[in-house]
Amino acid sequence: MLRAMNRRRMEDAMKRLEAKHPLAIRWFHWINFPVLALMIWSGLLIYWANDEYRVGWGGWTLFHFFPDGVYDSLGLGHRLAEGMAWHFVFLWLFAVNGFLYVAYTLISGEWRYLVPNRGSLREAIQVTLHDLGLRKEPPPRRKFNGAQQFAYTGIVLMGFGSLVTGLAIWKSVQFGWLTALLGGYKMARIEHFLLTLGYCGFFLVHIAQVIRAGWNNFRAMVIGYEVAPAGAGEGEDLADGSRNNGL
Amino acid sequence: MDPEITVSEEERAANAAAAQARAEEILQRELRRRSRRGFLVFGAAAAAGLGGWEWLRTRRGGDGVPWPLRRGLEIDEKLSRRYFRETRLAREFPRGAAEDVKVNGDVGVDDDDFDPVQWRLTAEGIAGHDGPLTMGLAEIRALPRFEMTTEFKCIEGWSKVVHWAGARMADFIAKYPPRSAGNGYVALETPDAAYYVGIDMASAMHPQTMLCYEMNGAPLEVDHGAPLRLVIPLKYGIKNLKRIGRLSFTSERPKDYWAERGYDWYAGF
Repeated sequence: MLRAMNRRRMEDAMKRLEAKHPLAIRWFHWINFPVLALMIWSGLLIYWANDEYRVGWGGWTLFHFFPDGVYDSLGLGHRLAEGMAWHFVFLWLFAVNGFLYVAYTLISGEWRYLVPNRGSLREAIQVTLHDLGLRKEPPPRRKFNGAQQFAYTGIVLMGFGSLVTGLAIWKSVQFGWLTALLGGYKMARIEHFLLTLGYCGFFLVHIAQVIRAGWNNFRAMVIGYEVAPAGAGEGEDLADGSRNNGL
Repeated sequence: MDPEITVSEEERAANAAAAQARAEEILQRELRRRSRRGFLVFGAAAAAGLGGWEWLRTRRGGDGVPWPLRRGLEIDEKLSRRYFRETRLAREFPRGAAEDVKVNGDVGVDDDDFDPVQWRLTAEGIAGHDGPLTMGLAEIRALPRFEMTTEFKCIEGWSKVVHWAGARMADFIAKYPPRSAGNGYVALETPDAAYYVGIDMASAMHPQTMLCYEMNGAPLEVDHGAPLRLVIPLKYGIKNLKRIGRLSFTSERPKDYWAERGYDWYAGF
């Protein structure tokens, strides 16, 4: 008994390897990344053909989506047919991967770490203030903090939104009720576009945070395991090692 | 002070340090093992993904799009046609919502010498007629007049609300039915055969598919396809063929100008 307690104390004093991200979630994540990139790229090939959106008022334009240099440098011009072909084939991979991910989190119970709960909003604000350098106290050492919960749940809802608005554009007669619900054909296109801008914003923040969090955190998204620092408690909030026996 | 205990405490400290070093070594070994495996799989998956992308984008299909993507579009079409119900209508707008539409594309209608008065429609594959049947605008006007205000959607991404008047294609087909019941497609082309489209029969029979001779309250202009054009709000603008010269019922999937240039053959909403 005493020996066991001693060992526990010693383990607490040492670094250890903790299971963090289950294998399935890592696959879903790393499949989604290139597939979503491909959907955005092919979406831009389509958007080029009628690049009508801008930020402005009346005749005054603050920013036009997109300046010609963007298309030229990325080779996005005159490729509408190609863009549509990629877009309408790979949407299935995007959708199936997304639905399997959501189903997995529901069945495995992972959703508990991902979906915001009662304290998440307050914590999200604290984390954001900390990240902006306005608050000293670091975020709690937990698998996902409140800000992450909002971000990772939000991005899933956005993915669903892209599928729904996309369907409303693609099949605007057979799913006319959906198109009407979203405010009409033109509105659905705007919503679809805004969601894409949202992904780009998410990507920038996500990459910045991953760089800040460091190699140990990034590596966990590849190998599943993270080195927990010495002195960190058993970390019941962190992934349950026995269950998330990722490979 | 008992010297034995002092020694034992030192020993214990040394043991603890040794144990910690051992544990650290085990952790590092375990981390290396997991990292090696994890990054190998990751790298292999990334290489497979890049290889797949490279393979896919370099397939040639002869119709402007890699053939695996063409197969994908055909699967989309199969699903779309299975889900299709002709009772689902394109949204109709108030008559006053109609807008002017720019002329976009003149393939097949760029002949300056074209005379709408001399125009005749040639219909092929009509029941009771071994050869082609020709008719003028009067025969189309003799069909029940139909009007609608719908959104014309260009494949480029813009859309305009337009008021159309003409005859329903379904009424035309009822009057001039296909020779054999198995004829599942309608092929349309301009008089010079430079522009041509294929329409599946279900879409052709849809109550909003029409042979149109009036646009926004005026006779169709030459640039917009006078004297008779196809208007089919179920499809992108590319299928709304201007200046119909020839219409035929066929059991084979008709060739399609833009499908030959990489676009989806079905192109239906």
